Amino acid sequence: MAAVSTRNIVKKFGEVPAVNGISLDVPDGEFMVLLGPSGCGKTTFLRIICGLEQQTSGDLLIGGDLVNGIPPRARGVAMMFQSYGLYPHFSVRHNIAFPLRTQRVPSAEVDKKVAWASQLLGIDHLLDRRPRQLSGGERQRVALARALVREPTALLLDEPLSNLDAKLRTSARQEIKQFQQRVGVTTIYVTHDQVEAMGMGDRIAVIDRGQVRQVGTPSEIYDDPADRFVATFVGAPPMNIVARNGGYLGFRPENFLPKDMVKDAAITEFKFRVDRSEYLGSERIVYGVLEGFDPQQVITAKLPPAHVADEWIRPGEWHPFAVRDSALRHFDNDGKRSRRH
Amino acid sequence: MPRATATRVLQETSFYGAVAFFLVLAAFPFYWMVITSFKSNADLYSVTHIPFWFNDPPTLEHFRYLFDKTLFTTWLLNSLIIGVCVTAITLVTALPGAYSLARMTGRNGEALGIGIFLTYLVPPTLLFLPLSRVIAGLGLQNSMWSLVVVYPTFTIPFCTWLLMGFFKALPVEIEEAAIVDGCSLFGAFVKMAIPLSLPGILTVVIFTFTLTLQEFVYALTFISASDQKPITLGVATDLIRGDIFYWGEIMAGALIASIPVAIAYNLFLDRFISGITGGAVK
Amino acid sequence: MVAIADAVPKPARLAARFRFILDRRDVLGAIMVAPAVLYVLLLVGVPFLMAVYYSLSAYTIYDPSWRFVGLSNFVDIVENPVFRQTLYNTFIFTFGSQTLGLVLGKFGALVLLRPFPGRKLVRALVILPWAVPIALATVAWQWMFDSLYSVINWTLIALGVVSRSDAPNWLGTPHLAMLSVIVVNAWRFFPFAIVIFLAGITAVPQDVLDAATVDGAGFWRRNYQIIMPMILPIVAIGLVFGIVFTFTDLSVVFLMTMGGPVGATSVLGFLGFQTGINSGDVAHGAAISLFMLPVLLVVVVAMLRFIRRREI
Repeated sequence: MAAVSTRNIVKKFGEVPAVNGISLDVPDGEFMVLLGPSGCGKTTFLRIICGLEQQTSGDLLIGGDLVNGIPPRARGVAMMFQSYGLYPHFSVRHNIAFPLRTQRVPSAEVDKKVAWASQLLGIDHLLDRRPRQLSGGERQRVALARALVREPTALLLDEPLSNLDAKLRTSARQEIKQFQQRVGVTTIYVTHDQVEAMGMGDRIAVIDRGQVRQVGTPSEIYDDPADRFVATFVGAPPMNIVARNGGYLGFRPENFLPKDMVKDAAITEFKFRVDRSEYLGSERIVYGVLEGFDPQQVITAKLPPAHVADEWIRPGEWHPFAVRDSALRHFDNDGKRSRRH
Repeated sequence: MPRATATRVLQETSFYGAVAFFLVLAAFPFYWMVITSFKSNADLYSVTHIPFWFNDPPTLEHFRYLFDKTLFTTWLLNSLIIGVCVTAITLVTALPGAYSLARMTGRNGEALGIGIFLTYLVPPTLLFLPLSRVIAGLGLQNSMWSLVVVYPTFTIPFCTWLLMGFFKALPVEIEEAAIVDGCSLFGAFVKMAIPLSLPGILTVVIFTFTLTLQEFVYALTFISASDQKPITLGVATDLIRGDIFYWGEIMAGALIASIPVAIAYNLFLDRFISGITGGAVK
Repeated sequence: MVAIADAVPKPARLAARFRFILDRRDVLGAIMVAPAVLYVLLLVGVPFLMAVYYSLSAYTIYDPSWRFVGLSNFVDIVENPVFRQTLYNTFIFTFGSQTLGLVLGKFGALVLLRPFPGRKLVRALVILPWAVPIALATVAWQWMFDSLYSVINWTLIALGVVSRSDAPNWLGTPHLAMLSVIVVNAWRFFPFAIVIFLAGITAVPQDVLDAATVDGAGFWRRNYQIIMPMILPIVAIGLVFGIVFTFTDLSVVFLMTMGGPVGATSVLGFLGFQTGINSGDVAHGAAISLFMLPVLLVVVVAMLRFIRRREI
């Protein structure tokens, strides 16, 4: 178990920088999520930490030791791939034992460790099966057991849930998070799904175009976004951003309610005309435009299913909506968050 | 409706007619080969006998002659030795080469791969002249070992290219997992890539063997001593006494030499095709 | 959790650079590909250069002189009517057999496309001409064309098409001989063409064909306007193989006609062999062989560019 630290990692493929200077500190035992859209460089960055790619410049430290140029096996890291990367021609037992055998761990020790890891993950009854005979959930557990058995310095996961269908995803998410909490290994988890990120991470690093936009706990990322990108990337439906006074004003759909429902002294009012609404059972999403702002820009409001009189959201009419001032976020012209009012 | 049925019958008949056409076109010479091998000489060399079937009873005399009175068994043995040696040389060179090109060398690798493959297209009828001088220089003229040296020049490019296709179809994740788990790059190649592409490797072995059996030009160029000839060259050129072709024996020999190759092609054709089209064509 | 620091020893800085050298992709990649590259360079590249050199020298096996004579060998052969005949023959031979083979292959593929009882067996038999060693199959045809006992002639006579005295001497009459070698080579090539066409046609996604059917395209239109353009790259590759191997071929002519009668079927590969090996005139033999190159280069380059342009 170790802390992972990077100093200004840059990775260029030809002329194009995939990773453009990332400095990140992940303390020992933390579950860090790298969140970002496709192509933002998060997977490349993860592979650099693993040792499957070499950075063009910058330093990487694991457990305080500089590991640039050292292959994965000497860094002590373990990685879980998108399709788990189980060895199809080995039994489950051999899969889990493999990392130990390559390090020439004596046989008795290997057996002990394999038993321990497989019990921890509840797969000791599957040890003699082949990967193709296992279900998706079982395969994930085998992959975790294999990663765990060498007691790695860090566990790296590359979008392991993206191949699962929605239903399995939630339970798989649970398993991974519980596993990590029990075992306490430093974990770095890559995903483009912000629900996963918010649900699993101790801290989240939001990455765009090879650079970290913000690092923080889920509530910091959500309530205190550092710039427009983070503000609109996290949260569904995304934050509404309108241009005003030479800068930008942002408010989340769940804070944008009919004026009568906002119980606060300091509020900002808007005239809102509903164009379309979606009833989703647990909530109601309403789409419309604000008076006095860009008529092409669609503004979203997320309303509770009940408590809203139909008259407020009849399409075509203008109604007063409002946002608590404390829920407003201001951004200056280049997108950075500003504190001024 | 009778009209629809009539057209259907016409369609079906012409379809099966076409099938029969292609069947006869492709297979007749082999039928001819088979029948000739079993026909007695009297039956064979007669202009009045109906050639398509036996007039006199079938006989094994040609096969007996082949095995007793000619160097046929020697040629079989030669071909076997050549095939095994060339396949071994090819595997040892092409396996790591193909893996390297498939996994390890980006842009340059592509160009190099194409380059190696293109050498397969350099015709033997161009290289045989200088190669005959090289072989003479090595003191291997008129020996079947000259073929063991020369055949890899086309089996290596061909197999490297085939194997590249098979390796590229293997998911990289498994090798990467092995690397993370403690294998060296070469270890991942040996422990993961090779076991997982055994079907492909087997296909390559079979096709290499058939390539060596099929070859004619180099064998013709380098070997004239009868006991050094591989089977194809032997059957095609050596069963002649003076001006007389021993057709019965020639066909018998051709039959025996062709059967394993034909079987191999049929068993492995599908794999071969997917290897050739590099998995790009499913 | 147990620390693993002791399990994996941290290497000293300097030793690390050399210790892991085999883990570097570039180093290992180069090492692994070296044997193949070396073999090809030494036994294909060098001989190729040697052939060029021979063609520019006056080397014969009786007088292995490395005297440089410039292009005079080429001039010699171009002025030789036998050579011109051979060159012409080679083009006829290649063009004829490839076209015939391609047409047969295309229709053969269409026939083998839909399942019917016994299709597997038919396919296995139809593959035979290509699968079997070229020399052995050619020998079978040689026997079929035999001047006295040809089964083809027997059939023609039996059908009353020709009389015994007029029975064609396939391998002994100039035009018939050329026809015979073309037929044999086309026969050899068409199963390969079938395989190529089948691979291409089955690769066309079903939804494209379905969309065409919904749009009203009938069988022939689907065939020529949808399928053919889509399988062109694969067919092109197959054709290049066919052309390269036919244009440079020696076996069929050597076994069936020995270039006769009177050079009517002599092709470049054969003439090169005659001159360079049998007669020992290495210099002229090399020059003849080198004549194959321009055509090969054009064909291969054209294919590569064609494939590049159509890369998905």
